[in-house]
Formats: sequence, C-alpha cells, structure tokens
Amino acid sequence: MRIAGKGLIDRAAPVRFRFDGVEYAGFQGDTLASALLANGIRMFGRSFKYHRPRGVLTAGSEEPNALVEVIEARQQTPNVRATVQEIYDGLEAKSQNRWPSLKYDLLAVNDLAAPFLTAGFYYKTFMWPRKFWERIYEPVIRRAAGLGSLSGRHDEADYEKAFAFCDLLVIGAGPAGLVAALQAARAGADVILADENPVMGGRLLADSGEIGGKPATAWVRDALAELGSLPNVRLMTRTTITGAYDGGTFGALERVGLHLAARPDLPRECFWRIVARQSVLAAGAQERMIAFADNDRPGIMTASAMRSYLNLYGVAPGKRVTIFANNDHARQTARELMAAGVDVAAIIDARPDASVSEDCRVYVGAQVIGTRGRHGLTGITLRHADGLVQIETDCLGVSGGWNPLVHLTCHMNGRPVWDADLAAFVPKAGAVPGMHVAGAAAGVFSTAACFASGVAAAVQALGVLGHKALPMALPEAEDAGYDILPLWEVKGTGRAWLDFANDVTTKDVRLAAQENFASVEHMKRYTTQGMAPDQGKNSNMGALAVLADATGRGIAQTGVTTFRPPFSPVSIAAMGAGGRAHGFAPQRFMTSHVASLERGAPMIEAGMWYRPSYFPRVGETTWREACDREVTMVRSLVGVCDVSTLGKIDIQGADAARFLDLVYTNVFSTLPIGRVRYGLMLRADGHVLDDGTTARLGENHYLMTTTTAAAGLVMRHLEFVAQAYCADLDVRFVSVTENWAQFAVAGPQAKALLQTLVKVDLPFMGCAAVSLGSVAARLFRISFSGEQGYEIAVPARYGEAVFRDLLARAETLGGGAYGMEALNVLRLEKGFITHSEIHGRTTAFDIGMAKMISAKKDCIGKGAAARPGLIGPQRDQLVGLRPATDAPISAGAHLFNPGEAVTGARDQGYVTSVGYSPTLGGYLGLAFLSNGRARHGEMVRLVDHLRGIDVLCEVCDPVFHDKEGAKLRG
Amino acid sequence: MAEWIAKTPLSGQEPVVLAGVALAEVDLGQITSLAPYAGQENALAAVLKPLGLCFPAPNGVSAAGAVRLVWTGRGQAFLIGAAPGAWGDFAALTDQSDGWASLSVTGVGAADVLARLVPLDLRAMPVDTVARSSLGHMPMILLRVADGFTVMVFRSMARTAWHEIATVMKMQAARKALLC
Repeated sequence: MRIAGKGLIDRAAPVRFRFDGVEYAGFQGDTLASALLANGIRMFGRSFKYHRPRGVLTAGSEEPNALVEVIEARQQTPNVRATVQEIYDGLEAKSQNRWPSLKYDLLAVNDLAAPFLTAGFYYKTFMWPRKFWERIYEPVIRRAAGLGSLSGRHDEADYEKAFAFCDLLVIGAGPAGLVAALQAARAGADVILADENPVMGGRLLADSGEIGGKPATAWVRDALAELGSLPNVRLMTRTTITGAYDGGTFGALERVGLHLAARPDLPRECFWRIVARQSVLAAGAQERMIAFADNDRPGIMTASAMRSYLNLYGVAPGKRVTIFANNDHARQTARELMAAGVDVAAIIDARPDASVSEDCRVYVGAQVIGTRGRHGLTGITLRHADGLVQIETDCLGVSGGWNPLVHLTCHMNGRPVWDADLAAFVPKAGAVPGMHVAGAAAGVFSTAACFASGVAAAVQALGVLGHKALPMALPEAEDAGYDILPLWEVKGTGRAWLDFANDVTTKDVRLAAQENFASVEHMKRYTTQGMAPDQGKNSNMGALAVLADATGRGIAQTGVTTFRPPFSPVSIAAMGAGGRAHGFAPQRFMTSHVASLERGAPMIEAGMWYRPSYFPRVGETTWREACDREVTMVRSLVGVCDVSTLGKIDIQGADAARFLDLVYTNVFSTLPIGRVRYGLMLRADGHVLDDGTTARLGENHYLMTTTTAAAGLVMRHLEFVAQAYCADLDVRFVSVTENWAQFAVAGPQAKALLQTLVKVDLPFMGCAAVSLGSVAARLFRISFSGEQGYEIAVPARYGEAVFRDLLARAETLGGGAYGMEALNVLRLEKGFITHSEIHGRTTAFDIGMAKMISAKKDCIGKGAAARPGLIGPQRDQLVGLRPATDAPISAGAHLFNPGEAVTGARDQGYVTSVGYSPTLGGYLGLAFLSNGRARHGEMVRLVDHLRGIDVLCEVCDPVFHDKEGAKLRG
Repeated sequence: MAEWIAKTPLSGQEPVVLAGVALAEVDLGQITSLAPYAGQENALAAVLKPLGLCFPAPNGVSAAGAVRLVWTGRGQAFLIGAAPGAWGDFAALTDQSDGWASLSVTGVGAADVLARLVPLDLRAMPVDTVARSSLGHMPMILLRVADGFTVMVFRSMARTAWHEIATVMKMQAARKALLC
C-alpha cells in the first residue's frame, strides 16, 4: 500500500513489471521488493529446506528470504535479492524453490517432516549403503532443497573488470561516509566514495530525520552536489566493496546494467579492483532479528526495514503493524508509521523499565511467543507480566539491536571485539592497515556521533596522506541514545528461526552443542547456519548467542566464525569478465596463420600459439591420411613448416660464451662463428629444463633457440642466472622470438628449393646471413626431421609473403606444407625428444644424454644431476617401442613385464609419445622403462586401461630411422 | 629481383572511434633494443648526447623530435624512430622492429578505456613516461603520449589486444550513453 507524499520514488515515472507471470505497476526508484509490497504481495518464495512461505525480512543487500529468479531473453539469474533488484519496464521475475506454484508447493510436505530433518540429519541417515549416496540420496536431496535454478546455457552477456586508484576510499555513503568524503575532498585528497545503493545517503534517507534544521534528504542532496562538483571525487553508486586485500586493494562489484532492460554492449556488472592509500569504512550497521516461535512468516520483518519501505518507497508494510524490540531505536519506526497514518497495534518492548510515551498500546517487559497465518502473518501472541495477549496484526517489525558491519575489517584475519554495552561485536583497531572505521560500523549509532566519527576518521587518513584537514562545522543532528537489553531468543515451544536462508532453528544449534559440535565453526558446519547466500549476516549473532547459552560460555568466549570475502554475492561472470571462450588466454598467431587457414588446416593450440596440425588435400577424409602423406612427402621430396613459435634469444657481450657454458651442459665457447650446436639445459636440481640449438653469429654474439613451450621459462631462467649467479659477467640478452618468422624446409629437395631463392652453401649445423632479394635473412642448416633440412628466418613483416612463396615452390617440386602431426612423426622416427620426454622429472641420464654434461667445466645442475638416485639402473630410461602387432598404442600407457600382474607395484615405466610411421609401416613409441637401455630386444606389455589397449611391444633403441644420420648430413 | 610484400601486425585493420576514444594501429618505424655493456654507460651517453638523447631512467623516455629512447626494463631501452649508430662496442644492439604490434589509444576517455585492462593508475601517468605492465594477460610496453597512450604488445598477440581494447571501448560507449 502506497502512502501519499512519502518516499523518494519518482511517481511521475510508472514502471510495469511481472512477477510469477502477473503484471504489476511500480515507480521508478522502486526495488522489486518495495513494488511488490506496494501491490500487497507478502509472499516472495519458499524456504530452502522446509519450503515454508517466506516474505521480505529486510530492505537491503543482506536479504535472506526474498530471493527470486530474473528472467531475460538469454539470461536466467537465480538468487537475485528482491530488495536489491530495481524494477524497470519489462522486468520479469519469478519466485523460486516451489512447485507447482508459490502458493501451493508440493514439497511443503517437508515442513511436516521437520522433526526428522534436524541438524546432522543427512550425516546420520544416509550413511548406508555407501554407494547409494551419489546415485540416489544426493540427487533427491538436491532436488528437494534449493536456491533457484540455472538456465543451463552459457552466460554470453557482457561483463567488465576495471582498476581504480585513489588516496582515500570511503566505503558507504551514510552520515559518517558522506562527511568523511567531504572532509577529505575539501582537503584536496583524491577520493572514491562507494555505496551499494542506487542513491547515496544510507540511513539518512531511510530514517527521515532533520539535519541542521532541514530535512535529511535535502542535506544529503547538498552534500552530494558538492562532492559531485569536485574534480578530485568519484562517486560510485550501486557499488559494493566486497573484500579487503593486501596493499590497500579492495574488490568491488558495480551493478552497471542490472537495473535496466538489457542494452547492447552495456555490461551487466563490473568487478573493480580499487587500490587506496587509505580507507574509511563507514558500512553502517544491520538490524538483527530475535528468535521466537514461528518468527519467519511473511509480514515479519526488521523494524528498520519497515522504516526504509516507508521513507524510501512510500510503502506501508502492513495495515495494522506491531513492533517488537529490545532497544530505543525501534520506537522511532512506530512513531513514523503512526505519523504516516499507519495503524500501529502495539509496541512490545522486552525491557521491563522501558518508557510508554507513544500514542499506542505499549507492553513493557513483554515478549512475542508465537505467530499465526499460513501464507502471511495474521496475529501474534505475546507474554507479559499480566499473562498472554493475542493481537491481530498483519505486520510485525522486530528489532533485536544492531550489528556493526565489521566484515571488511576481518578480511585480513582480524577478529572483532565484543562490546557488552552495545551487545555487539565492534571492529578491532588496526585490523586492516590504513583502514579507519567510522559511524555505525564502529558501534557509533546516533547521527550526530556518526558525523563526528566520520570527520575524525577522515582527519586521521588525511594526516597519513599528508593533506591538511580544514576545520569542518558539523550540522546539528539527532543524538538519541540506544539503551539495549540483550534479547536473542524467546524460549518456548515451536521452532524459532535463526538462519532464514538455510532453515536453521535455535533447536538445531542446541542439538549441535549437545552432540559436541560446540565450537562456533563446528556448529556452523553441522547446522549449515551462516552458509547461505547471506553468509549469516542475519543469523550469526543470534546463533552464537544461542550456542553460548547452550554451552554455558559467554558470547565473547564463543567468538565469531571467520568473515571472508565477498561481503555480498559476486557473480563469477563479473570476476571472470572477458575470460569466456577465447577470452580465456591471448591467442598467438604466426604470420602464416591466414595462409594455413586458407588451406583448410585445423589449428591446435600449443601454449598460446595456434599451429596447423595438418594440411588436408582433396580426397583425404582423416587426419592420418594427411599426416602420413606429409611425412612421406618430407622423406621423399620437400616440405615447408612454420617454426616461428620456437623461442629465440639474442645473446651478446664479452662474456656471452662463458654465460652459455654455464647454462648449457655442453660447451659453446668452442663453437666456431657460423656454426650451430645442439644444447641441453638443466635446472638447478639437475633435471632437464629445455633443449634447442644455439648459433654463433659473431665473436660475442649468439642466437639461442628454445622449445615453444619453454620460451618464457628459459628467458626467466637466464635472467635469474645472470642476476643471481653471475652478475659480474658482461652479457646482455633479449627475446627476438616475435621479430623473426622462421620456416623449416626439409627433405631431399630442400636445397634445390632454397637455391632458387638464395645462395645455399652451408655444412650441416652451419648458419649464415643471406639476402632474400633486399631482405636480410638468416639461414640455418639444422634438422628436426632427420632429413636434409634448413631453416630460414626473415623479419616478421615478410613472414606471410615468404611462407606463401616457399609453399608455392615446394608444391612446384611436388612437396608442400606439413603440420604438427607430421612434424611429430618425423621427430619420433628419429628419436628426437620434446617436452613429452623432458617433462620436468627426467634427467640427462634418463634421456641418454649423460655424456652431454661436459666433464671439462661446471654448469647449472651438474652437481645435482650426479646425486645418488638420479643415475643408475633403477632409473626409468628412454627407449623405443615397436608393437608386436599392428595394433595402435597410446601415450600415457604404462609398461609391465609379460606374465606379471598389472598392478602399480609392478609398473615398469610409461609411454610418452606415439605415432604411426608411414616410413616404417607401423606404430612407434618413446617410453621411459626401468633400466631400459639394458633391455633392448626384450618384450614389454603396454597397458592403457583408459583406452582399453593391451599390446606386447619390443624394446629398442629410440632412434628408428637413419641411425647414422646420413640423410641429414647428405 | 622482385620485392617481398611487408605487412604490419594488424595489416588491413581500420581504426575504430567510439565514445571519444580512437584505436588505431601505428607503425613506430625502426625499433632497436639497447643494453649498455658493463662500464660503457658513459661511452654510450657520449654518443647519444649529440642526438639529444640520454639513456632513460626506469619508466623514463628520452625524446628528441621524432626519435625516442624508451626504458623497457633493467638495463634496457628501445630506440624508436631512428637507426642506431655504430654503438656495438658500448651496448648490445638488437633489432626489434618486427617483434611488436603498436596500437594508439587516444582521446579524453583513453585512460578510462585502458583502466579496464591495465593495473596501473593511468590518470597519474605523466606524458613521455613508460611502464612495463600487462594488458589483460598480455605483456605490454605502455607509453604515455600527448593525446593518450601507445600500447606495444608481442606481434603474435596483436589480434587479441585489438579485440580486448575494442570490446572495452564498446562497453564504455554503452556506459556513456546511459549518462546522456
């Protein structure tokens, strides 16, 4: 029901929306909750476990009950808080966790079974038979309990991430936050003021008081106008600070487009990382419930929520309202409701000595002991000194006191401190470096005190920032007392709810204590209290007070559970903005990319690089046909392959040779200019880091190549070695991977092809600068295929042109392009290793290269590689495998001795690479086999349970083809 | 002999202008990395001085007309816009002209656009300074220039960089439309 003249909604802007298929009208500025309440809707959903009817408990982001699904054309967002979701024309929402309808929910039968469904029920009941858990119990339970549903589709909407920096971050724009921001802004500090609501002002707007003789709303408007006019202030509305992290970094979630119908390119949300030199936490406080029997009916809400609905939205929360409280604050709610013409049935004050000055019935020393109304509150029963009283009422406002929102102060392991006078936990000083807590968040509750506290916090922050604070006159404001008598629970029969979102009662907490889950962390996990989307904001205090009572400990000794980020729910889509599908990682394209795609080559990702796996030709229906053809083409004619992805590091300086001798196992100082040498590199722990070829371009100039996968790793390793181990060496290096496009030309016709372009006069493992017309290029005679092979490198701008040209020449000679699959088979036939073999757990000894660790010099990893256990017959050593039949074999398979049991204890080794060799007419494999080099000629059993492969193989030398290397030298 | 066709990393890509921000590929011309050898700093300074350049401090740029010497890391700077002299005795010189894709992001909203991708306080970055940072997940050299920024990323990542900046620009434009 709307009340004329109240609220900050725009009554000139009507909005139409739908809830559960019914169209309703509201106004611009309404939340879904306020608009539905205005339409007389009280029931918003069914509870998680017992499917009890639930209404709105709060008017803010802490709402545990009124969770709905928002339906859009390509989106379905569950667990949206109706108290946060603003309405817009065309908004469509529906209640959740009910079937077939909100009013008639078949699973409400769970509520009748409640005596059996207490805390720990699942743990005790579904223990046996064990295998029933996954197949039967869990699916049934998950179907019955729930919090909305997902669409099952990808979230393809736009989300954003962003960074911001400031001198001072003010968190919360209530009275304390606004004056803190004003104080800091006037001093010239760079200020961000963030507030989770669409309109700044906090409880100044929700409580409708007077500030300095004018309405609070007018004071807020003026303050925001001043802040908005300053260039050093950024105002961030609809932005929740979700976490406090190291170095003054805060996470924040901004609702950018969620209050509007979807628009192209408008992000739904933005996840901010805000780095602030100082911060003021002015997050306010949150009113808490009192646990009494059936305190969860629609129509029962916090007293402050009633005031918010009245003052922000002009909505009367009921026709005949009752207030139940244990402090002075809630009295003002009653007064304001009466002033607005709402019938207040009674004020029920738990304090025996409370005043009775209001213009309605006031019961002191009284408690609500029960409620009535199946789908919404119709009446309550109270108990006072004179006995029981029945009251007809459709709306009960409850105030059990206020909890300062200490959450962010606890995100770096701080624990709040119990304040017995306030009956609340308050922040521990200095819990987050650079953070000053002000206002209600610090346990300061009157408006006047909040102003003073906000200014003081800002002055402290300005002092650290080195800004001079200007004197600030504070306006006159309400300075009322609080006077709370702690009341957590009204004991009696019936279920008294603590955690509305997870359906946890006081009885559950007592049961946990009785069963010795008596620590607050154990109680939480046993009962699931505090584990719902509101993360216990509405229930933690009450639950631990009941636990303290049940265990006979005080509240301070019982303590709180750990507060962790985020403060309120953050969608994964916002945190992962831009990371969907290909956005997950950068895509690295070679200069030949388009040319390869034009030839129909499927791309495989190698690291972040996209490399062609094969180049299909007309009539080829499988990758194997293309791969076999490409292998045969290279062995018999000529093939061209883009190898630009290999890491290239330009190394110069008077000590370049000494540096290379240190990082490589073998000697590079003796390499003649114009020659290339294969090198092996170890980690400090003696295992193989990487391999590759390094060319000597000049006396003090080398060019190192690394594998594609380890390019960055090797660069980092070289940096570390240069800075940490040999800072005195005069050596400089820089990556040139991206500067050069490099193409392998391999096969018996390789030289014939290249000679049509450049002068080719190189010995095996030679290199030279050559001219490709006017383009300065580099030619290397190296081979990863075992054929006569060259690699030609050109500045990357010419990469595409040269690749297309080489391909045309190769095709003219009967050859063509080859891809990763063929490249792999070619190297496998030659027994050349890749990172499948040097996977980080193998040594030079294991791969048969122990002799490459030069005896004449030291190198990184040399000592460690000689440790006992890293050499010897017990090591798994690199061998070749030939299957006894033509059955396929697989990488990842394990090896066993024929006739022995196939068990982990009998494992003889594992297969790292396999491929079909058209050259040898069968499958080949590389494997690591225990004492393998001594076992050439033996048979082993290759078993792959995953793929159902079980094949006998002959162990052999890993080099299958052209063992003498005649072809690559020829 | 016939000439080879050269292509820039984003060859054929038309500039995009949205929400007061312009995104375009730029050709910085010749780029050479300079890494002074031990004890050769003064000798290098002596040959740089006549050109109006000095070896830049961290995050610094030394500019003389169209020629810039840009700090790019520990003991390393990029000479942009000119060929190096015969300075090989004083510093390791390595051609980098083809290794980088350069994008200009200019206009009043440039800092707001890049704030979506770069973890630095770009509003506080003075003109003619440089930072090594990341653009999303990509390593980047970021130059603050008079009318905005020049973003340098690995050549192979040019398409991703373009896509990410252009996507952010579209979202920024949609945000700005809300305020109108």
